[in-house]
Amino acid sequence: MKNKGKNIPTSTDEFIKGLWKENPVFVQVLGMCPVLAVSNTALNALAMGMATAFVLLMSNILVSLLRNFIPKEVRIASYILIIATFVTITDYAIQAISVELHKSLGAFISLIVVNCLILSRAEAFASKNKLGRSIMDALGMGTGFLFALFCLGAVREVLGSGSFFGVSLFPLDFQEWVVMILPAGGFFTLAAWLLIFNLTKRKEAGA
Amino acid sequence: MNPESLTQIFINACLINNFVLAYFLGICPFLGVSGKVDTASKMGGAVTFVMLISSVCAYGIHALLVAIDAPFLQLISYIVVIASTVQLVEMIIKKVSPALFKALGIFLPLITTNCAILGLALFQTNKGYDLLQSVVYALGAGAGFSLALVLIAGLREQLDLAEVPEVIKGTVLTLIVAGILSLAFMGFSGLGGQ
Repeated sequence: MKNKGKNIPTSTDEFIKGLWKENPVFVQVLGMCPVLAVSNTALNALAMGMATAFVLLMSNILVSLLRNFIPKEVRIASYILIIATFVTITDYAIQAISVELHKSLGAFISLIVVNCLILSRAEAFASKNKLGRSIMDALGMGTGFLFALFCLGAVREVLGSGSFFGVSLFPLDFQEWVVMILPAGGFFTLAAWLLIFNLTKRKEAGA
Repeated sequence: MNPESLTQIFINACLINNFVLAYFLGICPFLGVSGKVDTASKMGGAVTFVMLISSVCAYGIHALLVAIDAPFLQLISYIVVIASTVQLVEMIIKKVSPALFKALGIFLPLITTNCAILGLALFQTNKGYDLLQSVVYALGAGAGFSLALVLIAGLREQLDLAEVPEVIKGTVLTLIVAGILSLAFMGFSGLGGQ
């Protein structure tokens, strides 16, 4: 993905900004619901991040291509229809690949439709920019989202179940932090990550 | 058909599996408009209303889609119904109370992308509720959403007066409070039997 960015130098920034400076989760605080709900294991987080990134990419492409044809008055409705179509495709694809994964993600695959991140990228970026830049934007934001989701999932799985991708990490007498897998743990972990982000930003601003 | 009793469904949706604190649905308005108790309670009302209408519509749509054998249209048709309901609510509020319309601001049209509402429609379909059960489920979920929103708004109003470190202010503090609230709500598990 990074090599592709180098071929189009102006777009590299579009890609990088999504990773760090405008990270959708840690900085813009968008698309929180799936972030908190399915990040109880690293695998779930990864799968959810990939599904979201795919929908984001496809809808950004289509919105960008159609940006001159969609009347302004009905644009939000059209974007949502485009997104819903790709989410339905993803939903069926995941079901075909792994029924188990589909079960553990549950309704949250369908709920990608209402992920504010995707709609906000369609509205704020893809509807105003050319195809190439929209693709880079979607890739950057998607990777940023995936990264954030993975950060949360990894922390919660390691502390909550004492394992990583299902592999046990600690000796048998390790006392699991059950709270981390529970909903409350999601809030706490996200708060901790945001705190780290705030601290780094403050340091940068102070230096 | 689902054998759960109506009280059970209500308590389940409202307290035990609270949409915000246990399912993480509707976090965006939860973080966004929970600054004041007054705004929060009205937002809760608007969301409950939209939930009620879209729940009834979703029930009808599901029956129709089963009849014409096109389950893949489910998501698309649900979201269209929700979007139009929100548009309707927006027009009503603008007419009835312009002040409230201003206070809710961007979060009013964003009810469309409130996962709690689409989530409700999907869950009731998955659980196979009949029409009456769906309505009660929507009421319970709406009540639970409003309850969580008002509780957190009350806490945040108090926290405005407290001295907290600069870095924690804002989203981080709200998330920590929400986490504690979520822990408190776990005390309700066991009420409904499942």
